[in-house]
Amino acid sequence: MRRLLARRMKFHLFGAFFVSLGCAALYKFGIAEPRKRAYAEFYKNYDPMKDFETMKAAGVFECAPPK
Amino acid sequence: MLASRVFSLVGRRSICTSLCLRAHGHAGVVKAEDYTLPVYVDRRDMPLPEVAFVRDLSAQQKALKEKEKASWTALSVDEKVELYRIKFNETYAEMNKGTNEWKTVLGGVLFFLGLSGVILIWQKHFMYGPIPHTFSEEWVSAQTKRMLDMRVNPVEGISAQWDYEKNEWKK
Repeated sequence: MRRLLARRMKFHLFGAFFVSLGCAALYKFGIAEPRKRAYAEFYKNYDPMKDFETMKAAGVFECAPPK
Repeated sequence: MLASRVFSLVGRRSICTSLCLRAHGHAGVVKAEDYTLPVYVDRRDMPLPEVAFVRDLSAQQKALKEKEKASWTALSVDEKVELYRIKFNETYAEMNKGTNEWKTVLGGVLFFLGLSGVILIWQKHFMYGPIPHTFSEEWVSAQTKRMLDMRVNPVEGISAQWDYEKNEWKK
């Protein structure tokens, strides 16, 4: 029982630090980075006018019918 | 003001608690209730509880306590263990030992989850009416086609999974 609190506290402090660090790293490299890459990829060769024309042809616009 | 007048009329003596009433018969000393006395606890962080575990010693134990007052080398191992057990309920090893309670808890949780599942299945089969027509195959496919035409979520979502050149889902 000697240094019971100190031991427990040290263990949990380290644990908390590394767990939170791990969670942050996991999120950054699992979710945030892929998302940024996906957006960069999408907008690299994006032509809004061509996209608009295809959508118009499909008939989804109320104010811009396909004709 | 009025309340204090009433108080003096009634007299302080007659406003007694039940304990005080009992004390009137015992020369004015109240017997301490059990819950007011210090208690024995088995706690990891409390090595020396406030009282010994065994409160009322038998004659044998009293004799042992007398022997304890002499030299301790005269005590046998069994007597030392007996003295320990008088003072403490569980050893640290016994205190820290795990139980099998988690199995009961897990079993109970799974049982009630299963029971809820049974209730839900019964409800779907016997109680609920038909689901809306918007869930039919034709409606959902027409709905999905419209979503793809509108380019819903084109970066990471549904339109990103559709191959517009080949007109099929991406592999």
